Amino acid sequence: MIKARVTVTLKNGVLDPQGKAIEGGLSALGFEGVDSVRQGKVFDLTVEGDDATMAEKSISKMCEKLLANTVIENYSVEIL
Amino acid sequence: MMKSTVIQFPGSNRDRDMIAALTKINGEAPNLVWHTDTEIPDTDLIVVPGGFSYGDYLRSGAIAARSPVMQEIAKRAEQGVRVLGVCNGFQILTEAGLLPGALMRNAGIRFVCTTVKLKIENADTVFTNQYSQGQIIPCPVAHHDGNYFADSKTLKQIEDNGQVAFRYAEGTNPNGSVNDIAGITNLAGNVLGMMPHPENLIEAGHGGDDGRALFASALNIVSTEAA
Repeated sequence: MIKARVTVTLKNGVLDPQGKAIEGGLSALGFEGVDSVRQGKVFDLTVEGDDATMAEKSISKMCEKLLANTVIENYSVEIL
Repeated sequence: MMKSTVIQFPGSNRDRDMIAALTKINGEAPNLVWHTDTEIPDTDLIVVPGGFSYGDYLRSGAIAARSPVMQEIAKRAEQGVRVLGVCNGFQILTEAGLLPGALMRNAGIRFVCTTVKLKIENADTVFTNQYSQGQIIPCPVAHHDGNYFADSKTLKQIEDNGQVAFRYAEGTNPNGSVNDIAGITNLAGNVLGMMPHPENLIEAGHGGDDGRALFASALNIVSTEAA
């Protein structure tokens, strides 16, 4: 079994109202010096097999097809 | 008479409004097709209605866009069948790649349920030809993820090609959509996605019937007089 972590983040220049709201929340709690917050998503996957290169390839395809919307999001795949 | 079809997903909730509107305007009830179906009966207009398909899991419309029926919708769209996506339906059509761009969380974070001023930006589409160019109608909206976004290159293309069918007018953009875009068509013009709800604007009890002309256009019905 191979464990992998996919991180999906908004592309630069794409407005992130949720990140902005979190930024406001941190400021309300008294945390100072937070310049910006961008919200993303993390997916932990367990896939069959032991070929990490193959797994990475296959998971990248999953990102292109479903896990990320590449119009607005970037993704990265990390084999753990 | 043209035939219409409404697609139903788990979590669709404006499907009934859509069925009522189509039945009233077309004089015949639409076919209903469940999302796991792989075949769609002979039809001239496919409607993907609003709601919260799959609870908006992952991204609004993302899971519905990968359901079995969507492959058939893509095939029909390719053949020139008219496809209308309203609200969640618009989100599903962009997620499925049938329309460019994406619908993101409203810029103001909040769910918006209000009436906007909607400008007919292109009255030369099969969905809008019973409106006049530049006409402004009131239209209800109700959504959380209606903030239309496309990268600058895509945006230029859809603007240059006349694919912007509707714009929020007179400062009523409720969600931060780029260029005040409320609805767009594909390049061929037979697929339309829009956030506002024309199906909730077809009789006096709705506060107006300015939505009728959209369905009358899409169904080639000449008279739009209220029944």
